[in-house]
Amino acid sequence: MNQKNSTVEQKIKRRNFISFGTFALLSAAAFGGWKWLYKSENEEMGITARARLPLRKAMNKTEVFFRNFFSDNNLVKTYPKSRAAKNVRVNSRIGLETDGFNPEEWELSVVKGDKDMLKLKMADLKALPKTEIIFDFKCVEGWDQIQHWAGVRFIDFVSHYHLENQTKMQYIGMKTPNSKYYVGLDMPSAMHPQTILAYEMNGEPLTLDHGAPLRLIIPVKYGIKNLKRIGTISFSDKRPGDYWARHGYDYYSGL
Amino acid sequence: MKVIKEKHAFAMRLTHWVNFPVLAIMIWSGLLIYWASGVYTISIFGYTLIKFFPPKFYEFFNLRRRLAEGMAFHFLFMWFFAVNGFLYILYTIISGAWRELVPKKSSFKEAWLVVLHDLHIRKTTPPQNKYNAAQRIAYTSIIIMGFGSLFTGLAIYKPAQFYWITWLCGGYHFARILHFALTMGYLLFFVVHVVQVILAGWNNFRSVIAGFEVLEVSAVPEFQQLPEEPHLKVDPNEPEK
Repeated sequence: MNQKNSTVEQKIKRRNFISFGTFALLSAAAFGGWKWLYKSENEEMGITARARLPLRKAMNKTEVFFRNFFSDNNLVKTYPKSRAAKNVRVNSRIGLETDGFNPEEWELSVVKGDKDMLKLKMADLKALPKTEIIFDFKCVEGWDQIQHWAGVRFIDFVSHYHLENQTKMQYIGMKTPNSKYYVGLDMPSAMHPQTILAYEMNGEPLTLDHGAPLRLIIPVKYGIKNLKRIGTISFSDKRPGDYWARHGYDYYSGL
Repeated sequence: MKVIKEKHAFAMRLTHWVNFPVLAIMIWSGLLIYWASGVYTISIFGYTLIKFFPPKFYEFFNLRRRLAEGMAFHFLFMWFFAVNGFLYILYTIISGAWRELVPKKSSFKEAWLVVLHDLHIRKTTPPQNKYNAAQRIAYTSIIIMGFGSLFTGLAIYKPAQFYWITWLCGGYHFARILHFALTMGYLLFFVVHVVQVILAGWNNFRSVIAGFEVLEVSAVPEFQQLPEEPHLKVDPNEPEK
C-alpha cells in the first residue's frame, strides 16, 4: 500500500469514527430526552391537572401563540336549518345528576362581586333577543355534528345586565348547580359574537340530557367547554377551575 | 484506489435524523388521538376491506384511552416537525440543493425506468446523479406531504381561526381524512425507503450519517468530479463521422 492510499484509508476511518460517534451521542441524548419527558411527573393538582408538567407548560405556551390569531371577525361557519342533525349526540352526563335538581326551580346565579349576586329566571333570559345558530359542533374526540341551537348571545346578556366591569376581567367560570362539571373560559372566547346561552335545540326547549334549562354553546371551543345546565357564572382575573383541564386536556381548547 | 466523495451536507443529515424520531412521535401521538374517533375504513359496495384500525391494533400498541396525552404530545412535537422541515427547505434554497431534488421534465419518464431496473426487469442503469428520477419524485413528494400535514393539521386544529385553510382543505371532514391519509403515506414511504436503503448498501447509508461516499477509481493523479449533467445530447445536424 502506498503512502497516499493509506492516508485516504486513515481519513475514512477518522471521519467514520467522528460521524458515527457524534450520531451515537446525539441519538443517546435524544433518547434520554424522550425518556425524561415520557417519565416526567404530572403537574400538581390545581386549576389544571393530570398532564406531564413539561407538556402542560408547552400547552400554555402554545395557547399564548394561537391567541394571537383569535378574532371576533373569524366566525364559525353556519349552515341552513335543513342540515342540522335531528338526533343530537349526547356524549356526557357529568354534572347532570338528578340529585335533587328541579328544572322548574332553577335559577341562574351571576356573581358580580363579593356580595353582589344576580339571580335570574328563565323568563328573564327569554325576554332578551333570541339568536339562533346552526354550526358544526366539534368534539375533542374527533367527531363533529351540525346542530341547531338558540338562546341569548352572551354579549347581549352582558350588555343588558351591565356586566361590562366584570367582563374587563380575563376569565369567566361556569359550573353546574351541583358543581360537578365546570369550565373556565378566556374572556375573548366568551365574548365572541357566536357564544350563546342556549335554551332551545332544534326549535324546542332543551331536554335534560342536552343541558336543560340553560346551557353554553361556544362554537370557538371544543365540546368539552360547552357546559350543560349552567348554575353559576362568575368572573375572575385568574383561571377558574376546568373539569377537563384537570384531566390532562388543554385549558384553552380553542378552535 | 479509494477516494472520498462528499455527498450529503451537514444540514441535510441533521434535519433528516431529527425528522425521523419527531415524525415517529407525531404518528404515535396522532394514533392516540385518532383512537377516540377511529372511524375510517376502505369499503367497496358496502363491504369493508380495511378498517383503520382493528381493536387488536390499538390493544397491541397500547393506544386506548390516551386522548389527552396524545394531544399534549402532538401539539408540542408539531413545533419541532414544522421548524425542522422549515430549516431543511431553507437549506435546499440557500445551498441550491433543490436543483438536485426537484423532479425535472424527464424525471417522470425516467422514474419508470428506475422502477423497472429495481425490479430487475430492465438491465440498463437509468441516468443518475445524486438522486435518480424516482428519488427526485419521492423526496420532493415527501416534503410536499410534510407541508400538507401541517396545512391539514392546522385546518382541523383551528378551524374557526383558520377557516380559510379548512375551506382550502375541502372542509373539516375532508381535512381530517387528508391528515390521516398523509400519515398512512409516510408509513408506506418508510417501508419502501428502508428497503431501498438496505438494498443500496453500506456506502450509501454511511453518506447520510458521515456525509461522504468512498469510491473505487482506477489510479489517476487527481480525481475530478463529473460535471453535474453529462453531455449525452448529440447534435442532430452534425454529419455522421
